[in-house]
Amino acid sequence: MLPPFSLEQTIEKTAREEWGRILAALVKTLGDFQLAEDCLQDSIVSAMSHWQKNGLPNSPAAWLMKTARRKAIDRLRRDKNFASKQAELSYLLDLENQPPGEDQSDMIPDKRLEMIFTCCHPALEQKTRVALTLRTLGGLSTDEIAHAFLDKSEAMQRRLSRAKQKILLSGIPYQIPEQALLPERVNSVLSVIYLIFNEGYSASSGIALTRADLTEEAIRLARIVRQLLPDQLEVSGLLALMLLHDSRRFSRSGEQGEMISLENQNRVRWDYAKIDEGCSILEDVLPRQQVGPYQIQAAISAVHAQSPSWQETDWSQIAALYELLHAMQPSSVVRLNQAVAVSHAHSLEVALKMLDEAATDGAMDSYQPYFAARADLMARSGNKEEARRCFLRAIELSDNAREKAFLENKITRL
Amino acid sequence: MQFMCLIYSADGTGPKPGTPEFGPYMKAYGDFTETVRSDGKFVAGDALQPVATATTVSVRNNKTETMDGPFAETKEQLGGYYLLDCEDLDEATKYAAMIPTATHGRIEIRPVVVWDN
Repeated sequence: MLPPFSLEQTIEKTAREEWGRILAALVKTLGDFQLAEDCLQDSIVSAMSHWQKNGLPNSPAAWLMKTARRKAIDRLRRDKNFASKQAELSYLLDLENQPPGEDQSDMIPDKRLEMIFTCCHPALEQKTRVALTLRTLGGLSTDEIAHAFLDKSEAMQRRLSRAKQKILLSGIPYQIPEQALLPERVNSVLSVIYLIFNEGYSASSGIALTRADLTEEAIRLARIVRQLLPDQLEVSGLLALMLLHDSRRFSRSGEQGEMISLENQNRVRWDYAKIDEGCSILEDVLPRQQVGPYQIQAAISAVHAQSPSWQETDWSQIAALYELLHAMQPSSVVRLNQAVAVSHAHSLEVALKMLDEAATDGAMDSYQPYFAARADLMARSGNKEEARRCFLRAIELSDNAREKAFLENKITRL
Repeated sequence: MQFMCLIYSADGTGPKPGTPEFGPYMKAYGDFTETVRSDGKFVAGDALQPVATATTVSVRNNKTETMDGPFAETKEQLGGYYLLDCEDLDEATKYAAMIPTATHGRIEIRPVVVWDN
């Protein structure tokens, strides 16, 4: 049997799980991110001493919310700029004077969607959006966020304060965007979530543990947004994509942390629960004919996930999906990936032609995956000299020691 | 809340008087002003004389000093402004994007401070 949670752990767990929901509702009431955060923090500190004496309340979340509101009344009364907050104060007092009902966490209005749209508002810098989302919805501490992004705590602290100040003063709305703005804003939210995921996913060593948490956090955020915006199918697409990628987390590197390519991964070690969930989400959304780039990328990942081996991969389907992706989001990186699929599905000549085409505008001149892919195609067509040259260039362009080792190993096997 | 929309553009980037583009450009400004007026968003708005007409004033040691021209030479110049009363930044952004200069210059949106007393 597992040892029971200590009270401290229970409080920490409740605070972590309910943080985003309580904070979002508080911001709605108070109209001020910093004030809401401070009051919630006060409330958690107060929970420590009260719950120690009296045990856990019926609904810890409702308790935290109610206490945070009282802390807000206190803070507003002490505030020198009291006058400007009259409206909020009288609203809080009204809430306080309501007849006591059953304390239940589902009485807390869910404002998390308003919150995430505010945190991912285009008037904020991309990195700030990411940090703010992790802080407010994820409940990660400033130190944790700084650590995950290899930043100094003080710098992250300043970034977050500036952002909260800007939200307060610049007129960034705390609401779900109107229909006309929704697709663009959803995109901004999704790219923030995907950045969080990739930050965790691409980490391979050292602080790997903390950073792996970021992938979990990104998946959790996507689940929340999906539940709140069920008709925005790209949200489902991104969730499926992340689940399918994440299913390979434990087979992507070997015992010494060395990189293992998709071709050589032990497919038995893939997480089939995640694959099943990702695939069933796709089966649900793809027939609804609102296909977007995340759904297509997830579909590509699903073809790999469902293939029993590298040799049996349905490369022509993957090549066709890349064609579709390219039509939606033309880029030389998509062409590059398509060329690799074509090299397996059709012919090396066609694939090489596509690679040349992708490289015409110079965008690939210092793009490591381009040289790795080109080297591979050259090796397979028997041109060892050119293959070696491209591998060396790819090594030169890589800043990841594990990746370098992986590519060097390929040269020795030429 | 009120938003100041400051209209910036680099010298010589917009349509010039006397060219065929200039008439429609001016008309677009007229139309925009009409739109914000009828939507109830207009508080104030003006075009400014070119930056060559600027005078900079400062007071040092109780002495008023004037200087010909802007204090710092910048490529982009403030050409005019609209003061709009909007619901939030999203609405202000929607209107700012309709200001004709936005297609070759840029509009800086700054919320107006509301003093407490």
